[in-house]
Amino acid sequence: MLSNIGISLLVLVLILSFLIIYNASLDLKISSQSVKKNIYKLSLFQITFIILSFFTLIIGFINSDFSLINVYENSHTAKPLFYKIAGTWGNHEGSLLLWVNILVIFSYLFLVFNRNHDKKFRLYTLIFQNILILGFLFFLLLNSNPFNSIYPIPLEGLGLNPILQDPALAIHPPLLYVGFVGCSIYFSAAMASLLSDYGGKLFAQSIKTWVKISWCFQTLGIIVGSIWAYYELGWGGFWFWDPVENASLLPWFAITALMHSLIVLEKRNTLYAWAIILCLLTFILSVTGTFLVRSGILNSVHTFASDPSRGIYILSFLSFMIFSALTIFFKKYKKENYNFNLKSKEIFILANNWFMAFFLVTVLIGMLYPIFLDVLINEKISVGPPFFNIVIIPLVIPFMILMAVGPKFGWIKSKNKIFYKALFLILVAGVINLFIFYFFGKYSLLSNLIFIAAIFLILHSLLDFKNFINNKNKLELPRIISHLGFGLLVFFIGINHQFSLEEDFNLKVGEVKKTSAYVIDFEDISIEEGKNYKAIIGNFKLTNLKNNIVQYLNPEIRIYPNPETLTYEAAIKTKINSDLYLTMSNVSRSEYYNIKFQKKPFMIWIWISALMITFGGFVQLTLKKNEN
Amino acid sequence: MKISFTKIIILSFAIFILGIFWQGLKTNKNYDTKNLVGSKISNFQLSEINNHQQYISEENLKKNNYTLINFFASWCAPCRTEHKYLLNLSNSKKEIKIIGINFKDKKINANNFLSELGNPYDFVGKDIDGKTSILFGIYGIPESILINNELIVIKKIIGPIDEIQFNEILKLIQ
Repeated sequence: MLSNIGISLLVLVLILSFLIIYNASLDLKISSQSVKKNIYKLSLFQITFIILSFFTLIIGFINSDFSLINVYENSHTAKPLFYKIAGTWGNHEGSLLLWVNILVIFSYLFLVFNRNHDKKFRLYTLIFQNILILGFLFFLLLNSNPFNSIYPIPLEGLGLNPILQDPALAIHPPLLYVGFVGCSIYFSAAMASLLSDYGGKLFAQSIKTWVKISWCFQTLGIIVGSIWAYYELGWGGFWFWDPVENASLLPWFAITALMHSLIVLEKRNTLYAWAIILCLLTFILSVTGTFLVRSGILNSVHTFASDPSRGIYILSFLSFMIFSALTIFFKKYKKENYNFNLKSKEIFILANNWFMAFFLVTVLIGMLYPIFLDVLINEKISVGPPFFNIVIIPLVIPFMILMAVGPKFGWIKSKNKIFYKALFLILVAGVINLFIFYFFGKYSLLSNLIFIAAIFLILHSLLDFKNFINNKNKLELPRIISHLGFGLLVFFIGINHQFSLEEDFNLKVGEVKKTSAYVIDFEDISIEEGKNYKAIIGNFKLTNLKNNIVQYLNPEIRIYPNPETLTYEAAIKTKINSDLYLTMSNVSRSEYYNIKFQKKPFMIWIWISALMITFGGFVQLTLKKNEN
Repeated sequence: MKISFTKIIILSFAIFILGIFWQGLKTNKNYDTKNLVGSKISNFQLSEINNHQQYISEENLKKNNYTLINFFASWCAPCRTEHKYLLNLSNSKKEIKIIGINFKDKKINANNFLSELGNPYDFVGKDIDGKTSILFGIYGIPESILINNELIVIKKIIGPIDEIQFNEILKLIQ
């Protein structure tokens, strides 16, 4: 029943896409100012049907309708309602349906909210966006249909992987999808802009809101994923340079560069070709990431049951996108003359773009190199944190300094006064760093430089914030928040990295372990029944040797029955100045448990400063509304 | 469209990356133990399930023309279905010895299993934690490996032995 409804809705959306492309191409030839009414109507039907199809699938999950293979494979009647709903996008087929939903929603919103822009440009955007919709819709219907039915109907489902049963993870995919798939609209817009010669300032204005929306959601999605990894995976870290994390960073670098260069395009009407390249690149990288993850070429926690035919389809479509983008770009590319003064805002924004491009290339190489080696000479290597840390971290230092100074410069040309102020602040930052260095512990020269640069950026942003309170120039606020957030993020990651404690040992019930700063007493274990799992809970008493404060930590081992899976829940005591982190795992056929104990200073501040970066973006979105 | 150096570079770069991806899709990522056919068994020692003093190692196997190493457990349902073929094989008077490796099992249960269904094995080795079996490239049971007197794997059967595979084994050891 649901299967038929779902498939019919998808087929209707498919037909509507064809109709929209057909009508839009007809309308291109008519030289009137406004887009024909029926195109709006068709788009409205399209968005209604696709959203309905998504709700159909959600209903299937809520009612545990196991006649749908997808529900059978990914849900279970005993699952809490929240995770039943989250199960809708917790699998390949369902998430692809969400993907198509976002393509359609952005297509519709772009059409409706850009009425004041050139008609040809809007129609071309609509056509390209619908080509993308068709591509993914065919993939959905032919290869990954979430509405495929199964007969005889099973009585019980197979259940959702327990490590996915976490609130952070339930919202992580939708956030990232709005972020990554949202990029599709300015991919289409960039192609349309080339074909309709609608470039420069006006093009920047037409896409900037969409770029900001997808930037905010991408950033937030990446942070939520990182929070999930910290709390759920139990490895005691928040960023692992895992290939899939890297895949999510690539479009983020491109989109961050794009967001900044759009400012130049809008204000100075230059850098058009570069902005177009970034628009195209962002979505191409998003799809590349999806391809790498879904085809099973990369193995990670994100890999769904892999199926080579999926890889072949996405890769064909990706190739089609890349080659059509290149063809149109080469055909329409006009050489621009760049003439920037060294002491101008433009130069600094360009510098931001060079850095972003450098980070992007580094991560891309780190991610692709193992795949290339594996394919070409069948050698398996893994590129991990050492590579990224060595290549990226030193570059973060000049990056932060430019990030602090850049916004102070005016357009076209500025005075030297800014330099003297910056020089003074660098000295202050150096003194603060020296203070930390002497009172809290020694670290390397590189770390010294990182701290100085980070403190410099923080001081600069704080001063800017003080100016903001005086002159109330609202346009400055989002930038100040995000740049301050970035400075704080690097600062706290640095502190966290330098001053973390980590102990790894085996204990059995009743034993006591003395470490340099804590006494850890494994008092007892208890067994509790959770909603859909059984938990073995350890009771640990921690005594701080410095001040004799006693704390209790209760890590869990959870046993999920459907299918039987163990997960390890870390016990985390979060405080303003540090996190205590303790995990236990059973050592097979022994009464000992493996204990990992970590003290991580300022963990919560890492999240707060990362969220600040996103928050700046959201503030800007609200400003946009007030302006209009 | 003018053909310039930059364009060619960018195009070939795109083609190169996409080409690698295509190739990457074709290569099988999953570790497949079927590839073990043709490789040589080495470095193993197993103690008898009921008698710790009694060992079997590669030296013993070199004396047999053919050896079938079968991995089984009392808790494994498909092991029951293949059992009659193992019995047939051991009764066939062919020049083949059958070694059973009892995988992650309890001694009592394993002995009950063999007294209930019959014992086709010339030697039953124990592998309580499954580590020895992993050295043989086993990832689930039942699995069986047929080796010759040079200890080279000539056939590997993943899953229970059935009629077809039983006949193939007979053909190979003629």
